[in-house]
Amino acid sequence: MSIEVRVPTVLRKHTGGEKRVEGQGATLRELVADLERRHPGLGPALLAEDGGLHRFIQTYVNDEDVRFLGGMETPLEEGDSVSILPAVAGG
Amino acid sequence: MTKAAIAGRIDLDTATVDALVARARSDHPYEVCGLLAGRDGVVRRHYPIANAERSMTYYAMDGKVLLGAMRDMEERDTELLAIYHSHTHTEAFPSPTDVELAFYPEAVYLIVSLQEPGQPVLRGFDIVEGKVTERTVFVDGEEAATGPR
Repeated sequence: MSIEVRVPTVLRKHTGGEKRVEGQGATLRELVADLERRHPGLGPALLAEDGGLHRFIQTYVNDEDVRFLGGMETPLEEGDSVSILPAVAGG
Repeated sequence: MTKAAIAGRIDLDTATVDALVARARSDHPYEVCGLLAGRDGVVRRHYPIANAERSMTYYAMDGKVLLGAMRDMEERDTELLAIYHSHTHTEAFPSPTDVELAFYPEAVYLIVSLQEPGQPVLRGFDIVEGKVTERTVFVDGEEAATGPR
């Protein structure tokens, strides 16, 4: 099962500069673990310290915010597209 | 007044600068924000994006709106050139929060200050891994003032 993941510039240091990478997993949690195996450093960059969703690095599955799907347990299917989108925020 | 090393430039046209200042004034005293996209360093499109926080000291773009803007840039074969926001009560220099939350090393961070409402100040910065450097802003090819003012 292959899932396309779009990686923002700030995290491409973990993917050898690749903009799009592939991963596998039946849930977002499994996908993040798989991405970490393939691209060390990418997994933790997507998560908060407690292992939950990062507050400022947001994840979308087929353009839906995973916070409104199932969070880390969001189910994934073959052909899904995952976008990692850092927040644009400041003071 | 805060300084950073100066390196590189960002080219804008008068219409874009005027649009950013007008937008900063439009929701004063709240901060506004948006994106500029283009090709080869030339701005082609302005994406005003609502400040989801509507705050005088903080801004945040709604994620889905941001995602939509990023998709639109891809479809138009343009890239993100700049992220702008306004400071309504402080100088046009990145705040500690701006530095902490700068996740787009490819973009120039533009800040419009309305600290002196009659004298808006626009400055541009790279914020990469916590390090701030200032770009020289060129408007219609003419070098604008740089540094604290």
